[in-house]
Amino acid sequence: MSAHRSLINKLLLACVAMFAFGFALVPLYDVFCDITGINGKTDKVAAAAPDRIDRSREISVEFLATHDPAVAVDFAPETARVRLNPGDLQVVSFVVENRSGEPIVTTAVPSVSPGEAARHFMKIECFCFQEQPLAPGERKAMPVQFYVDPELPDRFKNLTLSYRLYRSVGKTASR
Amino acid sequence: MSTQITGTLDAHGHLDHDHKPRGLARWLFSTNHKDIGTLYLLFSLTMLFIGGSLAMVIRAELFQPGLQFVDPHFFNQMTTVHGLVMVFGAVMPAFVGLANWMIPLMIGAPDMALPRINNWSFWILPCAFGILLSTLFMEGGAPAAGWTFYAPLSTTYSGDSTAFFVLSVHLMGVSSIMGAINVIVTIWNMRAPGMTWMKLPLFVWTWLITAFLLIAVMPVLAGVVTMVLTDKYFGTSFFDAAGGGDPVMFQHIFWFFGHPEVYIMILPAFGIVSSIIPTFARKPLFGYESMVVATASIAFLSFIVWGHHMFTTGMPVVAELFFMYATMLIAVPTGVKVFNWVATMWRGSMSFEVPMMFSLAFIVLFTIGGFSGLMLAIIPADFQYQDTYFVVAHFHYVLVTGAVFGIIAAVYYWIPKWTGVMYNERLAQVHFWCSLVSVNMLFFPMHFVGLAGMPRRIPDYALQFADLNAFMSVGGFLFGLSQLLFLWGVVRCMRGIGERATDRVWEGAQGLEWEVPSPAPYHTFDTPPVVK
Repeated sequence: MSAHRSLINKLLLACVAMFAFGFALVPLYDVFCDITGINGKTDKVAAAAPDRIDRSREISVEFLATHDPAVAVDFAPETARVRLNPGDLQVVSFVVENRSGEPIVTTAVPSVSPGEAARHFMKIECFCFQEQPLAPGERKAMPVQFYVDPELPDRFKNLTLSYRLYRSVGKTASR
Repeated sequence: MSTQITGTLDAHGHLDHDHKPRGLARWLFSTNHKDIGTLYLLFSLTMLFIGGSLAMVIRAELFQPGLQFVDPHFFNQMTTVHGLVMVFGAVMPAFVGLANWMIPLMIGAPDMALPRINNWSFWILPCAFGILLSTLFMEGGAPAAGWTFYAPLSTTYSGDSTAFFVLSVHLMGVSSIMGAINVIVTIWNMRAPGMTWMKLPLFVWTWLITAFLLIAVMPVLAGVVTMVLTDKYFGTSFFDAAGGGDPVMFQHIFWFFGHPEVYIMILPAFGIVSSIIPTFARKPLFGYESMVVATASIAFLSFIVWGHHMFTTGMPVVAELFFMYATMLIAVPTGVKVFNWVATMWRGSMSFEVPMMFSLAFIVLFTIGGFSGLMLAIIPADFQYQDTYFVVAHFHYVLVTGAVFGIIAAVYYWIPKWTGVMYNERLAQVHFWCSLVSVNMLFFPMHFVGLAGMPRRIPDYALQFADLNAFMSVGGFLFGLSQLLFLWGVVRCMRGIGERATDRVWEGAQGLEWEVPSPAPYHTFDTPPVVK
């Protein structure tokens, strides 16, 4: 029976480890996406300022704004598209208006396409770094200050930055 | 591989010494591997018919275009519960039942290593499926997010049955894990003297590897359903982008479990076919060592191919290429197996009793399912095929004509040993031919409608698919009815109707299980046999 016991203990340990591994996949997934930049995830913290500007080429960056249908807001970029040199610092604003008649707190989730270019998309300041409270009927322009890393591989000519606006979880339960 | 018995099988085999309790208590409290094996197999048969009835509802609705019998929400419940019942209720418990019955007999052990855990792991199952099936009768209905329960279908958009679903999946997982631990400990510690690793029958080998797969992935399934539960009811955001989560991550975690899971459902069938083919070809299995290595390679590869279920989620090309090549690599060990089976039959003195017929059908039809799997592995082709009936055709070829045919072959092969009477060969042959024709009527045209663009999981379809769908539905009804012949055959054997089986049963049978009397006595191998 003791031969059984030690084998059973090892197998049970393996089960517990695999259960933990299932949950460990959650942060691992984020870390993996962060390192490789796939999945279009950009950094959630401010990047350093650019050290040089690459005047030899121009990149076009397009902006998209969508929102969860459960949140009654208008949400759109002020500019649809800019052309810029890599390393050139730009500011664009996204305008949001609360049409729900009640105070809400929103979170914007960014995504860059093509996904492989996401880690070359540097944000110095972004409204997506914090939750944004909105009074009823309030309209505000939310800026994002960014540049495209001069290290961006040559094959990328067009990038898209998109935001999807959600009601912050836990502030006012939407479900 | 040659297993020979040198010791004598003593007289413990006679029925008078059984000392088993009578009536219901025998089954409720049983710690006997044969009783528990029987319970598992009967439970699995019941679930086969329940899951099959749900499939009949699906085929009835799809008989004609338009909505005739059920509304779309109920249709979704049918596809979901059909999948869950067949995967976790029919196929997996059938294999555990076969393992319970056969592994101790094949390795010369008196029982499973952990008999009380064995009892517990069986009796959890009826509770789990009681919970799952009860949701069909509740307000709001059963889970309807598909057996893969992708978030946010299973979180934001699911009904109150989600809590029942999660609890029942947890119970199924606990049962599977306990069963797997039991199998590993039994094989590891309880082999008869002389039964070295490379003498193990292939069914035992495939089950050992399957048990390791179960231990590796069932806890991950438990984790992912727990995340679904907390996302839905406790305000977490594992899969909710609003809270920083990611719905695509659900698919990664689910398929990290899900791909090994599909091999859990086929590896023991490989073992069954590897036992049956040599018996009826009257030749030893060709390439035994390569079979073991191939099984282990398939098990290893199953952990690194999950991304092929997700080609259209927007993965980077590098990742897609990795998953494509890794998936295609699986064809190599699988091909080794198929060629070994064919080589075993080559110049053998073949005879075509029903277990052999089902095994032959398994080889041909499983290979068809394998080839459509290879087609699906090609990234650009997958963009066309994904979520169409082509996928449905693929996984039903590997699961119905693969796993289920393997299980049926096993039942016909070993039921004389279990019950002591031969099944009715004529009835069984009719069952085989009806099943073979109808299953192909049912699933083969799915390739065509899939390639033409008919999406899966939708109760209505474009008019151009009407004729083939009517044909498939007829095939489906016939396949369902054919299984009543199987039921009849099994019931006849259980009631002892039929010719008495000899101890060896099959002329070419090799292995320890054929050294004990038929029917196998309640206690076998109290004194371990010596294997040379």
